[in-house]
Amino acid sequence: MNGGVHPIASLLAAVARGITGVQVQWAGCEPDEKQRIYFANHTSHLDFVVLWSALPSDLRAHTRPVAAQDYWESSALRRYVVVNVFNAVLVQRGAMAQTKTPEEARFAARALIEQMAAALGKEYSLILFPEGTRGNGEKVGEFRAGLYYLALRRPDVELVPAYLENMNRILPKGEVLPVPMLSLLTFGKPIQVEPGEEKEAFLERAREAVSSLRRIGNA
Amino acid sequence: MPQAFHDVKLLWLFGDVVVLLYVATLIGRWVKRRRRSEASRAAVDNVIARIRAWWKMCAIFVAAILLGRVGSLVLFGLISFLALREYMTLVPTRRGDHRTLFWSFFVIMPLQYCLIGFQWYGFFALMIPVLAVVFVPTSIAIAGDTASFLERSAKIQFGIMVCAYCLSYAPALLLLKIPGYEGQDARLLLYLVIVDQMSGVLQFVWDKLIGKNKIAWRVSPNKTWEGSFGGILSATALGTALWWATPFTPLQSAAISFTICVFGFCGSLVMSAIKRDIGIKDFGVAIERRGGILDRIDSLCFAAPVFFQLVRYYFVP
Repeated sequence: MNGGVHPIASLLAAVARGITGVQVQWAGCEPDEKQRIYFANHTSHLDFVVLWSALPSDLRAHTRPVAAQDYWESSALRRYVVVNVFNAVLVQRGAMAQTKTPEEARFAARALIEQMAAALGKEYSLILFPEGTRGNGEKVGEFRAGLYYLALRRPDVELVPAYLENMNRILPKGEVLPVPMLSLLTFGKPIQVEPGEEKEAFLERAREAVSSLRRIGNA
Repeated sequence: MPQAFHDVKLLWLFGDVVVLLYVATLIGRWVKRRRRSEASRAAVDNVIARIRAWWKMCAIFVAAILLGRVGSLVLFGLISFLALREYMTLVPTRRGDHRTLFWSFFVIMPLQYCLIGFQWYGFFALMIPVLAVVFVPTSIAIAGDTASFLERSAKIQFGIMVCAYCLSYAPALLLLKIPGYEGQDARLLLYLVIVDQMSGVLQFVWDKLIGKNKIAWRVSPNKTWEGSFGGILSATALGTALWWATPFTPLQSAAISFTICVFGFCGSLVMSAIKRDIGIKDFGVAIERRGGILDRIDSLCFAAPVFFQLVRYYFVP
């Protein structure tokens, strides 16, 4: 074991790097041991593996992806890969939409934020895809509110935007076989919730922080 | 010891390359120290970067020839893969092209190199022009997305054609059975690569020295008539001087190396036009450290099939 990293995780990371030939650029910050939430655009199942593999190996052991429970729990193999291999945090996607009253919605949202805050704990960083679902790569979709509430709940954690390029062309939604195109990953300058900033304003700013890191124009 | 290394002329050819690279490296350093202006320094840096790449290529080449025909096939197969990857990364494709692209990378291209390995000339020469050309638009049609259908089919066909089919003619030289030249075909491959690469750099150097009249400034701002003629003629002279390594007479060697240079010139002009169309300067610059292979081999892709067919037509009974 390499500092708590599952050997299969290291293997999958190496495979993902090979397929995507990913080049990593730390444009707005440097790799650091402090607790962070890396939030990125989401177009492919490979996204979290590539982002995770781009971190220096000593940081990987302390970085956990956040994944959707409904998708990743639907088979034993999927569950094993994300939970046991990548030590992922499985969250219930759209928990609020399933509730009937505003109180229930608030309760469900709070439970979700508490779960992620607990997963951060004192030493972990998270990989989060605030769009909540995979897009087609043309435009970064709207962010869900979780990032805002989590940032308020844990103001000590740095919020690092990241942009993954070309992943939708390597392994798009609905395909199982990858095409080995080259991918780029850019980490931007950390952002934070400004005092008194509204939810919508912050989420739009966060989305802008991610999409401004795009380097290749093609869709 | 592999058979190739009992070939004294091959060792001489490699020796020449090493001496040439060494002299070029020294000249590069000397010129770099003397140049002051920004523009000339950039030109010298370009040549020095090429020389550095050739040292690496030379080392890989030695390793490949050490491993015999399989080594050359693996080497060129890998170059094809990386070149196609660069091309497809930068040429816009759509979601509906995904499966076609998967087939191009993992079935069509490896199959092409396997056919050379099995020495199946008939299928090797026809598989991509006859089958892949039908397969690509068909599989895009099956995917069901008709937006800019013709354009997408053409882009993928062109990529496979140039990066897989044309380039595979270089290692296919090892298939040719030239009477009195058996087991020495590695020299033919090396001859092609030397003439082609020297033509590229000599054109660049002559462009910088005496270039005035642009050929197509919109496509390639650096290419001039003077530079291109100078480069092609001096590389032809070099190719002629290397006749002893080939089955050709000096005159034949002059004609053949001239052809290599002219087709190589066409290759780099066409690839420049594609780069301008996509809106990038170099394949390498656009994707930074991992790129640049296509920039180096664009001329080889166009020269290799013609060279192969010329040799096959005139020298293989």
